[in-house]
Amino acid sequence: MTAAAQFLPAARRSKRMNPARWGLYAFIFITALYFLLPLYVMVVTSLKPMAEIRQGNLLALPMSPSVDAWVKAWTSACTGLTCQGIRIGFFNSVRILVPSVAISILVGSLTGYALSLWRVRGANILFGAMMVVAFIPYQLFIYPLVRVFSFAGLGQSLLTIVIIHTIFGLPTMTLLFRNYFASLPVELFKAARVDGAGFYQIYARIMMPMATPMVVVAVILQTTGIWNDFILGLVFAGRDNLPMTVQLNNIVNSTQGERAYNVDMAATLLTALLPLAVYFGSGRWFVRGIAAGAVKG
Amino acid sequence: MQKSDVDIRSLQIGFGGLKVLENLNLHIAKSEFLVLLGPSGCGKSTLLNAIAGLIDVKGGEIHIGGRDVTGAEPKDRGIAMVFQSYALYPRMSVRRNMSFGLTVAGTPRDEIERRVGEAAQMLRLTGLLDRRPSELSGGQRQRVAIGRALVRHAGVYLFDEPLSNLDAQLRAELRVEIKRLHARLGATMIYVTHDQIEALTLADRIAVMQGGVIQQLDTPKKIYREPVNRFVASFVGSPAMNFIPGRITRDSGVEFIAGKSRLSLNGYAFCGQPADAPAVLGIRPEHIELTASDDPSSVSARVEMVEPMGADTLIWCRLADGTAFSFRHDADAHVRVGDTLTVRFPADALSLFDETSGQRL
Repeated sequence: MTAAAQFLPAARRSKRMNPARWGLYAFIFITALYFLLPLYVMVVTSLKPMAEIRQGNLLALPMSPSVDAWVKAWTSACTGLTCQGIRIGFFNSVRILVPSVAISILVGSLTGYALSLWRVRGANILFGAMMVVAFIPYQLFIYPLVRVFSFAGLGQSLLTIVIIHTIFGLPTMTLLFRNYFASLPVELFKAARVDGAGFYQIYARIMMPMATPMVVVAVILQTTGIWNDFILGLVFAGRDNLPMTVQLNNIVNSTQGERAYNVDMAATLLTALLPLAVYFGSGRWFVRGIAAGAVKG
Repeated sequence: MQKSDVDIRSLQIGFGGLKVLENLNLHIAKSEFLVLLGPSGCGKSTLLNAIAGLIDVKGGEIHIGGRDVTGAEPKDRGIAMVFQSYALYPRMSVRRNMSFGLTVAGTPRDEIERRVGEAAQMLRLTGLLDRRPSELSGGQRQRVAIGRALVRHAGVYLFDEPLSNLDAQLRAELRVEIKRLHARLGATMIYVTHDQIEALTLADRIAVMQGGVIQQLDTPKKIYREPVNRFVASFVGSPAMNFIPGRITRDSGVEFIAGKSRLSLNGYAFCGQPADAPAVLGIRPEHIELTASDDPSSVSARVEMVEPMGADTLIWCRLADGTAFSFRHDADAHVRVGDTLTVRFPADALSLFDETSGQRL
């Protein structure tokens, strides 16, 4: 927000194009091209029949575009032994995603709220340390977690993977909400206590309604994170609940005969559709949420 | 509306090893307006928060309306509180802000409606009831916060520096409004501030605090006229009281000697027996009088600076021995820098303090 405020007057002053601005636009254009090119190749490839792909013109537009590959990827591509397309994985991912996002945000905001009230000396250092822990690679935890879950009688199941995502989302979610709630004046909490509201009432009726921007940020972070997850889903979800990313891997890596590049590309794009949609749809909210967290009061 | 008295008995509050309040006793009568006045860190807000039940006490008891509430939740104490930062719920309308506490308590809807309407009318908020706090000015926000306290029909109203976030003009307006409210409701009010003007204008009694100890508890007039020690004398009053170091002698009647000047203390009400000892003389700027040069108890001083303040003028002078003081004079005084004036310090308007202990003599 402050950065934008600083930029605005400058932008107004130099509306006319000068060399520096040409350079800037050229840079933006080239960067955009660099990142868009793979996407372009994926899209055009997915719309070409195999005969056309075999000619090797990677960048050429399809001569006779068709959505056959997309239909095949969705309905009949083989993910291992079954050949029902990637839609199975899509619905598995949705079933994992919705409860995981909801529960991790609920639990994270509640712990963040509780910890924001815990104002001891050195708390900031402690939470800094927690943030560092949040960046330790998952792979380290997998074996111990598998042991713990099998000991607790929870094998591979939908419940297990939801619990796993909630646990791994907890440090980030907790800190996100703690930092936001800690930036609110303590007097707000005191006023609510004088008004007779209890711990959970203050959380539900005063704190959470204020935290809407944080919730949006949390939904974006968790949705993309959980949707893109591969290894946790593979290990904990169980054979019947494998998420879309795992199914995609199976489609791409299990080929009989000729590699169907158009189907691979279509399946990949289908898998990436949700995070893409989230980013396109919520960019504005995302920035607003980050800014709301940064500004006190 | 019930009115409660507040009785604080040997209250102790500490955070870790730090003692904030120790053995504090204070009784606030029904319908009294008590102001807790002191610099930041003197423990006044801590005391208020303890009365509200928002911080834990280490020892002692708090009684409100004859009931021991030392361990009670804030909502069960029969109090309402107004905060410095307004602390309005940002996502609720003014109406919901004011009614939230009653809703939580399960008050019937028509009763809530009635009380909110009544408070809104009293505070001229009727047209603003459906707005959000972010759509209000600072003064309006604080009025909403006061309204939120009023609807609780509490026995005691607590104010924690409610006007400190407002600009000077609004502060004066709202100060009058709070005073009017107290006159109308006759409710018990405890008001924390570091602004001595607020304290003097609002209070029935002021408790001047420093270092967790109540230095003086008395009417505004008494605190202003007869401060019990140098801290109270210097904290209350603006422009500040003048302090002139010297000594008391009893050679020929009781006199105060500062440098070469001698000042008769005939007419000063000593607390005990006057003794020959070093002392500090305190006098408020408005109590110094201009006089004729042949007055035996007068001193002459050179004008160093003149500050016109509208209604009157503050004149900064220096005595021959170098002691500086200020005094207040009519706005139309023809005094210029460099003039020599003859002034008199009336003995009955003085305050004398022990040089080492700072206690009133």
